[in-house]
Amino acid sequence: MTMKKFIVFIAITSIFVLSLVLCVNAEPFKVAFIMPSTVNDFAWSQSMYDALMTIQEEMGEDEFQFDYSESMFIVADAAAAIRDYASEGYNLIIAHGSQYGSSLVEIAPDFPNTSFAWGSTANVFTDQGITNIFAYEPLAEQGGFVNGVLAAKLSQSGVFGVIGPIETGDAKHYTEGFKAGIESINPDAKINVTWIGSYSDVALASEAAQTHMDAGADVLTGTSQMVVGAIGVAEQRGAYWFGYDVDQSSLAPQHVVSSVDVIWAVALRPMIEMIKKGEMGGKIFTLNLENGGLKIVVNDEALVGKTINDIIQGKIMLR
Amino acid sequence: MNNRNFRDLLMALIPFVAFLLALSIGTFLIAILGINPLEAYRALIKGAFGSFNSIADTVVKATPLLFVGLGICIAFRAGVLNIGGEGQLVVGALSATIFCLNFPDLPGWILIIISLLIGLLCGAIWAGIAGFLKAYFNVNEILSTIMLNYIAAYGMNYLLRGPIMDPLQVQLGSFIPQTARLSRAVDLPRLIPTRLHFGTIIAIAFAILVYILLWRTTIGFRIRMVGQNMQASRASGIDVQRYMVLAFILSGALIGLGGAIEVIGVHHRIFTDGSVSGFTGSAGFNGIVAALFGQLHPIGTIPASFLLGALLTGANKMQRVVQIPSALIGALNGLIVLFVVGSEFIRRRQSRIMEKTPEIKGACKINQNEEND
Amino acid sequence: MEAVIVGIIKSAIRLATPYLYASIGETLGQLSGVLNLGVDGVMLMGAFSAFYTVVRTGNLVFGLLAAIIVGATFGLLIAFINVTLKAEQGISGIGIYIFGLGLSSLLFSVLIGTVQTVKGFAPLPVPWLSGIPVLGEIFFQQNILVYGAFLLVPLSWFVIYKTPIGLSIRAVGQHPEAADSLGVNIVKIRYLTVITGGILSGIAGASLSIALLNVFQQNLTNGMGFIAVALVYFGAWKPQTVLTGALLFSTVNAIQIWIQVKGINIPSDFTLMLPYIVTIIVLTAMAKRHVRPPKALNKPFERGE
Repeated sequence: MTMKKFIVFIAITSIFVLSLVLCVNAEPFKVAFIMPSTVNDFAWSQSMYDALMTIQEEMGEDEFQFDYSESMFIVADAAAAIRDYASEGYNLIIAHGSQYGSSLVEIAPDFPNTSFAWGSTANVFTDQGITNIFAYEPLAEQGGFVNGVLAAKLSQSGVFGVIGPIETGDAKHYTEGFKAGIESINPDAKINVTWIGSYSDVALASEAAQTHMDAGADVLTGTSQMVVGAIGVAEQRGAYWFGYDVDQSSLAPQHVVSSVDVIWAVALRPMIEMIKKGEMGGKIFTLNLENGGLKIVVNDEALVGKTINDIIQGKIMLR
Repeated sequence: MNNRNFRDLLMALIPFVAFLLALSIGTFLIAILGINPLEAYRALIKGAFGSFNSIADTVVKATPLLFVGLGICIAFRAGVLNIGGEGQLVVGALSATIFCLNFPDLPGWILIIISLLIGLLCGAIWAGIAGFLKAYFNVNEILSTIMLNYIAAYGMNYLLRGPIMDPLQVQLGSFIPQTARLSRAVDLPRLIPTRLHFGTIIAIAFAILVYILLWRTTIGFRIRMVGQNMQASRASGIDVQRYMVLAFILSGALIGLGGAIEVIGVHHRIFTDGSVSGFTGSAGFNGIVAALFGQLHPIGTIPASFLLGALLTGANKMQRVVQIPSALIGALNGLIVLFVVGSEFIRRRQSRIMEKTPEIKGACKINQNEEND
Repeated sequence: MEAVIVGIIKSAIRLATPYLYASIGETLGQLSGVLNLGVDGVMLMGAFSAFYTVVRTGNLVFGLLAAIIVGATFGLLIAFINVTLKAEQGISGIGIYIFGLGLSSLLFSVLIGTVQTVKGFAPLPVPWLSGIPVLGEIFFQQNILVYGAFLLVPLSWFVIYKTPIGLSIRAVGQHPEAADSLGVNIVKIRYLTVITGGILSGIAGASLSIALLNVFQQNLTNGMGFIAVALVYFGAWKPQTVLTGALLFSTVNAIQIWIQVKGINIPSDFTLMLPYIVTIIVLTAMAKRHVRPPKALNKPFERGE
């Protein structure tokens, strides 16, 4: 081979290799998102959907894409979905629900080049030799505590109502934080808790809210998608509402004082970086007030709206 | 092949035509949403039969449908409507799980056999309550079985968030409402290295047993008599009440067994999200559809369950591939049930026409004579 | 203590409203011999139609009308499948349920997409009566759909037992052959009752989405329609007893919420079970041995059989 041909050969090979590398980098990062409810459930699934949309805006659609499967409350179907997405080469599969853990344990070992994430939990199954599962856990009690403090300062009756789904997981933590927050300001507060036994029974949630208010509560709070029924009652009868998962003020702008917005992106960003670098699992991402995973969204219209209104209407005389 | 065989074949195809008609409305809805229907249906078929794994998923989904379907066959043949499948599945699953959790040191095969028996027994008792109340207190079974479904669900929630919650969950502080994973010794053996498990074989075996029971034993004969004509049965000395209760007990036994098999064959633990359908996959209701598509015949329920399982599995895949809202899948399922159940009319009409029309009878006779010549 | 009792009764009245509409609608259909297990699906479609109409037009009457029209359409479909096509009524009902659930969720996803509230029917105090101490607050300050549900009971009782059409309906359900030979149009009566049942189920749904809850979400009814069907059996096909059943169930539900609110130390799962357990026990205790369903229930009519 002549020198000239050799140089051409090297040049072409380099260009080829370089473009290969660039092509590999130009592959978008693909995420599959499996959830037990819908993206517009105003609670659990919507908050993760919002996070994925945020990441997509940040990284751009060429770099980041996600597909989702809603209403996967049947765990066997979710497992089939997870397995399917994994076989199709998605980089990260988010199984957004604590009921999906056992499915992940079975599936993850079959797909060592795919990363799986689930929550709310602190279990990444390293004791079972699994290295490609991430976990995420919001410290719901922190958000609950802040809501509780605010609630205690605003309440005039000193009676508080909590409308929860089932006494497990985030709901349990949030409620305990809420109670602690109130008691830190008002040790004599009366905090009544009802568990309606379902994440979706809006009618029962609404009736529970009515009952809380009949029992004297002027502050209501709760978690999961059924709270829309309770928020409606708060609006109708003039109670303050404190929300969790997403900013719920749009539903009742004059009554939703603050919401604990769970910013899953705080966990997703480092997770994606780790996966790109080849580390497929084993870390637990905590979302709390310090790292911005929990954000308290305060709605001024509800917080001080009444006071401002009272001053304007002359109900409060200052001079 | 003479006219009669041809007509029989045509009639057997009517449900499929109905199925396709329903799909065509689905096509319309899918197209409105801006998705290519061909791609959607290709995904449906691929999801149900496209690979070894898909077929395994289909069969695994069909297995509880078959157990429930068999239970429904017995109940409906006795003239009682057992709508309590969801509750009976859960009671069977819970009892089997609790047993396995409390005796972890017994050898695997003993655990499997006893826990399946316990699941069977507890399902039988749960349904038996409804049967007893109907037979001796005239409490309508639609009411009692629906109420018992809810009671079972709340009972499950209580157990899973307290007494039988996985100790690991308590330790980790996450409090996920589920039990510990049962020991591997209790896993039902896999048939091939896929998710296919031995429970399917058990289901098919029981289908044969139910057939034998209903058509080859006195008990089965009496159950069917009570369902067909209660007055006449009573007049001929059959203790109608006892057979009603028995029908419920047998029905619940099969369904409870199905629930136990779902635990030790598929999930290896119990979990909840408040409702039972996360665990059961609504097999308690879909199994009713399977039984009726199988003409309430235990052997017929086998292909019916398989096809229904294929539909549900395929629809799942379709949702994923073309990203249609899962609600559309639900609407499509409902349409298919309506069309197929409505098409029975045409089948019945055709068979009646065949029997009553002298010309066709005559034609068949002539054909036969020609063949004999 | 008095406040607790007042609260319980008010809750019970609100909770009972959708059950009353749907149960009485189903009672009419069953009296004429048609079983419809798909009530929940029709309720969901009614709830969505009413909600969407109010979101778009702001007019509550239009919303109610939308629920009525959609309920009637579904009633027509059910009647066609069960009466004309003579399908297996147990299954077709489940098909309607799955279809109604799926379609309402789909339409919600596509047409509305986000959770929002509407300004629904507000409480409408009855003049003078609402001023009565205690009783006025409980009974006469509810919204118009609540009043409608309770007025439906005497109205349907009257129609069923005191009008010629009520007689026809009952005859069609008990002795269709005899009714047929007397010239009663079985098909027409059954279509009428099932369509009416559909309308009432639609209104039941609307009572949730534009009156009591003022919101729509997927699977809003969460299985209420099945409880409504169960209450028909409790009620032994008599509107007044259906009322008893609906109130019994709802009152126990209201009581169990209060038990939780008051912090009485019973696990919530057990209090949640109470309405269901009590309903079964009460029905058992009533020991209605002699009550039989309409003879022709769940049996399509064939002339000459």
